[in-house]
Amino acid sequence: MTVLPPGVSARTFAAAVNAFKGIVGDQWVFTSDDDVFTYRDPYSILWDTDEERVPSGAVAPASVEQVQQVVRAANKYKVPLYPISTGRNLSYGGSAPNQRGSMVLDLKRMNKIIKVDDYRNFCLVEPGVTYFDLYNYVQDNKLDVWVDLPDPGWGSPIGNALDHGIGYQFAAYRDHFGAHCGMEVVLPNGELVRTGMGALPGSDTWQDFKYGTGPMVDGLFAQGNFGIVTKMGFHMMPAPEAFLGGMMYVPKHADIVHLVKVVNALEDQGLIGMPVWSSPVRNASFRNGVPDPDLVKLMADGWPSVERIEEYVAKKGVPAYGVRLQLYGPRKTIEGTWEYAQRKLKALVPGATFEEIAREDMPPSQELVDKLGHHYFGVPSLAIFSMVSRNEQNAANPPDGHNNNAAILPRTGEALMNFGKCVMEAYQSVGEKQTVSPFTTPITWHPRVFFAGPGVRISREDKEHNKRQREIYHALVNKFAEYGYVDYRTSPTYQDLIVSKYSFNNHSLRRLHETIKDAVDPNGIISPGRYGIYPKSQRTNRV
Amino acid sequence: MIGKLGLVGLVLAGIATAAVAATPIQPRARLPGDPPAGASGAALVQHGDHAFQYYCAPCHGGFEKNLPGTHALAVKYKGERPALLEERTDLTPEFVTYIVRHGIEGMPQFRKVELSDANLAAIGAYLSKSK
Repeated sequence: MTVLPPGVSARTFAAAVNAFKGIVGDQWVFTSDDDVFTYRDPYSILWDTDEERVPSGAVAPASVEQVQQVVRAANKYKVPLYPISTGRNLSYGGSAPNQRGSMVLDLKRMNKIIKVDDYRNFCLVEPGVTYFDLYNYVQDNKLDVWVDLPDPGWGSPIGNALDHGIGYQFAAYRDHFGAHCGMEVVLPNGELVRTGMGALPGSDTWQDFKYGTGPMVDGLFAQGNFGIVTKMGFHMMPAPEAFLGGMMYVPKHADIVHLVKVVNALEDQGLIGMPVWSSPVRNASFRNGVPDPDLVKLMADGWPSVERIEEYVAKKGVPAYGVRLQLYGPRKTIEGTWEYAQRKLKALVPGATFEEIAREDMPPSQELVDKLGHHYFGVPSLAIFSMVSRNEQNAANPPDGHNNNAAILPRTGEALMNFGKCVMEAYQSVGEKQTVSPFTTPITWHPRVFFAGPGVRISREDKEHNKRQREIYHALVNKFAEYGYVDYRTSPTYQDLIVSKYSFNNHSLRRLHETIKDAVDPNGIISPGRYGIYPKSQRTNRV
Repeated sequence: MIGKLGLVGLVLAGIATAAVAATPIQPRARLPGDPPAGASGAALVQHGDHAFQYYCAPCHGGFEKNLPGTHALAVKYKGERPALLEERTDLTPEFVTYIVRHGIEGMPQFRKVELSDANLAAIGAYLSKSK
């Protein structure tokens, strides 16, 4: 049974569907129950509840002109559209809309790779292009650039960048929105805009200089609902000559402060790709996710002192923390950087140890990507799903998906040493008895901050499980906010919650977004509710 | 993070240096068009092979170690059935279609816009061919 958009009658919706069919063709408008099912978010924690963000249908244009016509028809009938690129933003909503009853605007058919230039090192693509497709294009045309991609690689460079997605190489590339250069956007009234140098007729620098002249508006179209991006350019990294992977370990818990300082300096000089953090002592403290008795004892009486944690680390006899440096570039340059990194850490932590784990000329071998991970080398893969699909650890109760929860922490050792306390307090606030490790290892997806936080598993069978996991997610976010953290990206389920925490000066940022929304999308046609931005008529709908 | 600290802090530690023979990266399959209208029999199976390699093999292939779909089925069936879909003899086009359009566990469902009915039929024909 069709879930209609708010305030839209069945008769009006039918008229809108007919209008959409007239624009894109009958076969590219989907309203049957079977077809709508394929647009549901399989990782929705609201699965099969009345709150699940089920769409009313989907419409799949093949061109920019069709997108414009669909937008104009949507305005006429007041049917909200939710644009997706490849629809694979799993854990962050997938292909399902923010607002129940929206019509998904499926841009997968717009899948042209318009240009890849390995002289000036950029690409220009449409939304339906996947990282696999872009990688294949580079390989087929023997181009001398790397694709910086997330794991998994079946998503869209445009879709990923527009949700502030990330990759794994140098800072200049792995912030995918930061690496973009130039957009083409269909506005909520159907008008077409090109940003930056794309606004200058005859320009050949659209993918080279993102600012053009005047205010830069590109940010409005990421995690926003002010337009539909139909083309986007990205800077690309020239293929490096060689790779070197080196592990650096520090023996004590408090040494993390020094390790972070050294790695920050390497990162901020542009000398390394994404550092990969680890904690040998934490690995030695869990078996199949179950904490060993020593750790349970350490954590039994509340957050332990640094002295007690150090005693625990010494007893385990393995380093407290490690980090894998990923060095890309000319052979002699990366060898020199590796020597420099060791020297800098040794000066601060005399007991630090080092291990070179890989050194190879590029392109990478299959053995290297198997060992360290495809995504560090720009090779698309879905191998990451091994972490969350059925495996030896979860065989008795495999998950149906997960919702990530990554708080933004300052890039300091002190923040890492205290983050576990924040998580522990969040669990305790909802009566959740979990042994939290004091050894937090962050992800440095976005180069200037750390991300950390426990995700939650979802079930498509057990609504009570999902309800409880949702309570835990809320408790975590509420506690994160007390510490000044909170997420950088989240599923529509939690977007109102997350945005409510960004509340400086009585939510003045959100109110600014709403002012813009009212000006450019008075009918609330594009993704109502996306990251907490509702049209005027719906602002009481926040959850 | 998969352990108590969730998905975000997954650790890759303890990787030992080892001398390895350099094998080129296994190529990825290219986006297939739809099968020719009216394709059947061996032609449909051949097209289904191509479509399988593009749409399915990144999880269910055997071209790399421990791909997640193959690994999940190995854990599920414990040797009672092949973990590789291409080695199964009990798959029907109807079953393949149902799973692809509905998803299962961590595998999401696939939309017609990304995987057409025609290509899905070809994949079904490929996986259910006599072996």
